[in-house]
Order: sequence, then C-alpha cells, then structure tokens
Amino acid sequence: MDAFLNQVFAGLATGGIYASVALALVMIYQATHHVNFAQGEMAMFSTYIAWAMINAGMPYWPAFFLTVAIAFILGVLVERIIVRPVEKAPVLSVVVVFIGLLVIFNSLAGWIYTYTIKVFPSPFPKEPVHLGSHLFSSHQLGAVSVTLIVLALLYVFFRFTPLGLAMRAAAQNPDSSRLVGIRVGWMLALGWGLAGAIGAIAGMMVAPVVYLDPNMMSGILLYAFAAALVGGVDSPGGAVFGGFLVGVLENVLGAYVIGNELKLAFALVLIVSVLVVRPSGLFGKIHVIRV
Amino acid sequence: MTPASPATAAPAASSSPRIFGLAALLLAVCALPFLVSSYHTFQLTLVLVYAIALLGLNILTGYNGQISLGHGAFYAVGAYVAAILMDKFGVPYWLTVPVAGVVCLAAGFLFGLPALRLEGLYLALATFGLGVSMPQLLKDKHLEHWTGGVQGIVIIKPDPPFGLPINQDQWLYYFTLAVLLVMFTLGWNLLRGRVGRSLIAIRDQPVAAEAMGVNNALYKSLAFGVSAMYTGVAGALGAIAVQFVAPDSFNIFLSITFLIGIVIGGLASIPGAIYGAIFIQFVPNIADEISKAAPWAIYGVFMIGFMYVMPVGVAGAIRIFWARFKRKTGGGGHQSG
Amino acid sequence: MAALLQVSRLHAAYGPTQVLHGIDFVLEEGSITALLGANGAGKTTTLRALCAMVKTSGEIRFGGARIDGRATEDIVRLGIAHVPDGRGTFVNLSTEENLRLGAYVRKDRRQVEQDFERVYAYFPRLKERRHQQAGTLSGGEQQMLAVSRALMLRPRLLLLDEPSFGLAPLIVREIFGIMRAINQSEKVSILLVEQNAAMALDLADHAYLIETGRVVLSGSAHEIKQNDAVRRSYLGY
Repeated sequence: MDAFLNQVFAGLATGGIYASVALALVMIYQATHHVNFAQGEMAMFSTYIAWAMINAGMPYWPAFFLTVAIAFILGVLVERIIVRPVEKAPVLSVVVVFIGLLVIFNSLAGWIYTYTIKVFPSPFPKEPVHLGSHLFSSHQLGAVSVTLIVLALLYVFFRFTPLGLAMRAAAQNPDSSRLVGIRVGWMLALGWGLAGAIGAIAGMMVAPVVYLDPNMMSGILLYAFAAALVGGVDSPGGAVFGGFLVGVLENVLGAYVIGNELKLAFALVLIVSVLVVRPSGLFGKIHVIRV
Repeated sequence: MTPASPATAAPAASSSPRIFGLAALLLAVCALPFLVSSYHTFQLTLVLVYAIALLGLNILTGYNGQISLGHGAFYAVGAYVAAILMDKFGVPYWLTVPVAGVVCLAAGFLFGLPALRLEGLYLALATFGLGVSMPQLLKDKHLEHWTGGVQGIVIIKPDPPFGLPINQDQWLYYFTLAVLLVMFTLGWNLLRGRVGRSLIAIRDQPVAAEAMGVNNALYKSLAFGVSAMYTGVAGALGAIAVQFVAPDSFNIFLSITFLIGIVIGGLASIPGAIYGAIFIQFVPNIADEISKAAPWAIYGVFMIGFMYVMPVGVAGAIRIFWARFKRKTGGGGHQSG
Repeated sequence: MAALLQVSRLHAAYGPTQVLHGIDFVLEEGSITALLGANGAGKTTTLRALCAMVKTSGEIRFGGARIDGRATEDIVRLGIAHVPDGRGTFVNLSTEENLRLGAYVRKDRRQVEQDFERVYAYFPRLKERRHQQAGTLSGGEQQMLAVSRALMLRPRLLLLDEPSFGLAPLIVREIFGIMRAINQSEKVSILLVEQNAAMALDLADHAYLIETGRVVLSGSAHEIKQNDAVRRSYLGY
C-alpha cells in the first residue's frame, strides 16, 4: 500500500508539471485555436537561461523569478513577431511555423549550451519529508506546491481582475471584445507571455529530476497534449485535472502494468483514443460543425 | 498559401521538347555515379531515397491536406522490415523493398482509419505523438529479439548482380533510381487523374466533394496507406543504403525533416519532392561545419521564412518564374503557374 | 442642435463586393435617428463601417473630428457604443461580467458601480440573473444585456443594429420605451438600424431610407411615415 501511495504521489508531482504545460497549451488554444507545438522547447530554453544565471553565481530564487519574467517577455515577443503574421493562414502553415519554432529553440539551446547533460539545482532540501508514516521527496512536495500556487494565482487573475476578464473575453469573442475597447492583439500577446512563464516554471521544476538537456521536454510535451485532450482542449480547469490524472495514470500503469519503457506509447494511445472516442475531452465543449 | 492543383502541377508531357528534356535529365542522372566519388554517390542515393519518402508525405499532406508529423514512423517500419527480413530470414534485399511497401500500405491504411475522425490540428497532434513515441516502441524489450533493441541491426551491403563491372555504391544508386522511377511514374499517373483531383477536392472542399459523390473516407484512408507505402519503401531503401537501423535515428526529428522537405520543395508537387530531398540531404552536410546544432537552426529559420515568403516552395517558385519567363519571351503553348 | 455624427460619401466593401455606394447622412446630437431599408440594403454595413469593422472610404466625423481610418478600439474610447446584430453577447461569461466589460475603457471606478445600479433599474430582470451565464438568457434578456453593456460605456452615441430581431413585439416595445427614456434623461444620441420600419419610426426623430447602398430618402420621422412610397413598401398600408 505504501509503495502504491508513493507511486500516486509521484504521479501527482509529475502530474503538476503536465498540468502546468497543458494549461499553457490550452490558454493559447482557447484564444487562437492553434496548438503551440513549441511550448515544450520554449520552456526548456527558459530553463537553460535560469541554469546559466545560477551557474554564474546568482542565488536560486532571484534567478527563478528573473527567468519567469524573461520567459514572459519571450512569449510576448514570439507572438507579436513570428506568430502574428500567420494568424489567419491555413492550418498547415501555422503548424509549420510552430514546428519551425520548436526546431529553432531546440537547436539554439544545443548550440549555446551544448548537448551535454547538465545538473539543475532544486531549491528544496535534500532530506525527505515525513508526513505521518509516509516518506515523501522534498522536491516532489515542493514541485506540487509551486504548481498549485501558480494555478491558484492564475485562477484569481482570470476570475477577479479586469485584465483577466478582458483576456477571457478576447479569447472567446474577439469581435465583441473590440467593441468594448479591448485591444485583442495585445491580449493575445499577454496570453503567450503567461504561457511562456508557466512553461518556464514547469521546466525549472522538472529539470532537477530528469536533468537538463535540449530534449528534456519532448516527452513532457506529449503528456501535456494528452492531458489537455483528456481534460478538454478548451477548458483550463479540464487541462489541469487532465494533467494530474495523466501523471498518476502514467506512474501507476508504468509501475504495475506496462513498464517504464512504453510510457510514451501510452501517451500516444491516450491521445488517439481521446480524439477518436470523445474529442471534447471530459470537460470541453462539443463542437458541431454545421454543413 | 494555396498549393497548386494538378492541372498546373503536372505539366503535359506530350510535348516533344519536354520529353527530350526529361530524357536528357535522365541520362545526366545515370551518368552521375561515374563522375563523382563513392561517398558522393552514396549521398545521391540518399537524395533519391528521401525523394520517394517526400513524395509519400506530399501525397498525404500536400495533395490531400492531412497533416502528418509522424511519417518518420512509417520510414522506420519500412527500414526495420527490410532489416529484419534480411538479417533474420535471409531474404534478398531487392525483395524486402516491395514487402516493406505492402506492410506500410497496410499500416498506413489502418492508422488512417481512426485518423478519419481527426481534422487538421488534431491529426497533427496524433501524428506528432506517433513520431515522438516511435523510438521507445522500437526499443521495447518484448520486441528486442526482432529489432535488436537499442543496438539495432546491421545489414550487409548487397553486391551488384550478374557480375556487372560497377561497385556496390554505384549499384545501390541505380537500384534506388529504378525504384524511384517506378514509384514516381505510378504517383504521377495516380495524381494527375481522377484520384488526384478527388484528393485535392477533399483537401479544399470536403463537404462539396462528398456531396459530389467522392467517398471521402475511402480516399482519405487510401491516401494514408499509399503515402505510408511510399515512405516505407524509402525506409527500406534507406536501410539498405546505410546498412544499419537503430531506434534513435527514427525520432521526431526525422518526421520534422520530412515536413521541412515538402515545405521547401513545394506542396502538392512531384518535382518538389526532389528539390526538398536535395535540401534535406545537403544542408546538414554544409551546416555541420558550423556546429552540430546549426543545421536545425537553419531548418527552423527556413521553415518559418518559407511560410512568409515562399509558401509554394521551390517547385512553385520555379513554376511561377518559368511562366513569367515564357510570357516575356512570347512563348506559346502550355501556360502554367 | 449640432451634428454629432456626419457621414459623407461613405463607401464600403466586403472583399471585392461593394456594399455601400456613397452614403451621406447626419445625426443631430441628442436625437434618435433611424436607418431604414430592406434586407441587404447596407444598413448593418453602415454601422459596422462607423466602427471600422469593414473596409471603408469616405469621411466620418464624430464631434467634428474624423474617425474614419481609426481602429475599432480607439473609436470606442471616443464614446461610441455599438450593439451589433446578433447581440454580440459573451455567452460563456456571466451577465455581470458582460456588463463589467462594457465599462472596460472607463477609469472612474465609483461611477461604474453606480452605473451598474442604473442599468439594473432599467432592466430588473438582468439584476435577477446577474450571476447567470449570459448564453442561457432568453433572446429578449440578451438584447437587454447587449444594450446595457453598451450603456455601461456612458456613450455619447449608441449604435443599435436590429434590436427587434427575433423578439416578441411586447419585448421590443419594452426595450424601445427604455431607449426613449435613456435618450431623454441621459442625453444619449441613438442611431438605430431597423428592418421593422413601423416601430423604428415611432421611436425616431429623423430617418433615412437606404436602398442598395445609397440613401434614397431622408426627413423627420413624421414626414417619412406620411410618404406614400414608404407606406406602401415598408409600412404595409
């Protein structure tokens, strides 16, 4: 039972990472109906920036927050400069641009920082934590806490602030948003900035566990896709739920059923199944295309 | 970005200057292995291999509008089928190619069935998943006995038949060239006729196509199957040329390379497959000098740049340029572009 | 009365299709002016042109200054509130959130809260449903919400596109009555586009008749109502 609980908790920890990246994906999808295939690589690249700062002597938390700010700006810039010109282009063009971004961020990281694996520090103590009679890794607890704090902050932002309301409006109904004076283009850029920042946090939480290298996020991105689809690709709450669910499933199934090697294939099967059986996911809206 | 329709993509070959031009080109292509080193011949063979793979992807994505970010997986299947048949069952290399084709035809068709329910973006997602998870599947412990696990399989280079006075690399070049000519002729016939028009109709106006009697589901699944077949054949040929298959060479970046190839070369274009193949074979060679990461940075910049500046790809640009040139010189006959 | 809105030689096109072929009209400050015409005449396009939602050429002056060529978001900040055809409701947000968005560009917090109360006074049903998802409101309630959202801007000019569309006559009368009250007590000028000529002419002070992208008749509402051609074609008697 103990081992099982540990697997579940480990699953919640990684699930928090998936939930964060899935949330970033859904935020962009809701506003643009595009999937940012480069989300993982942008997160990885931001994590490298943090690494460089810490390596140069900066203490962890200042580097953390500075990286989040840089990742935010990077997201805004990418949207304004690279994505905006192809906003209205056919799906294939947009997919190609996103894959191009993926490739550029991946290779830039490799070019600047080389492909050798790097150690990324965890801000949490090395000793495990006792909760009752169970032992938990401090980093796992810390990562889950950080994820939950970020998600809570986002919830408050979108629900209770005017800017958050404007962003929600711009995502749902750009035309009406313009009619109340919302600058829809900038709302979009802000969304990308937030997504970039969330991705950076996810990257920095996962890097201590899987070690930092340019291909760190591709598997995680796939899981985040699966999570977003399971939860409902236009439902932020669904994406978060999906993330935790996929994390737990992955760990439990990986430990007891399919073994660790086929975990990615599991994500693939999950993606295809959801898309075929219930494309709107658990909490998304069913879209009917009128002919 | 509106890729071309077959009327402008496949020029009428009935005009004699065209046939003469193609014949001259063929002659030049055949002469190449005697003009360059063995290593360069090997590289040219890979260009031919990629051209077949790219035509495969183009059939699905360029002509039929179904986005695949996972075609590296079909290439891998073709490669492994060839390798396993040769290594474990002693099947002659030339037989493994059609077998790989048939296996991938079936695999592609089967994958195409659930794919029917997925539009644009979602299909891209699903195929992305396929591309990312392929190496893991190939390393799976249960299949290790066949696939050789992480180490992969080594293949013995075939000798030229009938004691021909050419070396192995040259023979492989001609063998691959022959397969390419067969596949391209097949593809050309398929795409310029009713099948091609139906595929394009499904891509551009699926509802209208269905209303006009085109069986969308059948054509889309077939497109997947045929496209996988081409890429699988290429995979087999590639495995024979490289003499080696290993799981990590078939990762998501292979699929992305194929996507780059058709974007640069030109969507919905048969010559585009060749331009794209030249690009993806030689750019890494040149860019590698700068840094290991440089080719991909270049790929990325080109991908994005082409979407802004030249969405019709090299083939489309050539077509447009040629049409303008002909108009300027008062050329009559077939107006294309 | 000064002219709040002056439109001269307004052309508009959707892609290659010209829809407006030179519209001229004037809206006096404080008045209710109606644009009448059949389906497809170009009435909705005219309103959309005023808000830069369609490509235009020609001159549009608001309060004396030219606004043609400016972005929609900037035109809103000048005090023009547009209630589009189809209501333009944010269907996934609550009633109250919809209203709050109406006041997005305003900086006077306290007055915005007061305006909530004013709007609820006009439309008590909206207050009852303030936390309800806007998409679940009835057609009439959504129209009330759309008008209220526009009022939250404290606009100088209110553009109403087909407010009677799909609504029962009783509801339309109720809304139109409130429009008159708003116009008189809050001095909000109203430009009203309506297919229902009879109801529009009862509410408006002036009217313009548009046919195939041109103004063909103009005058006070009273004059237009008496016009034989209008009576036969648009009023049915």
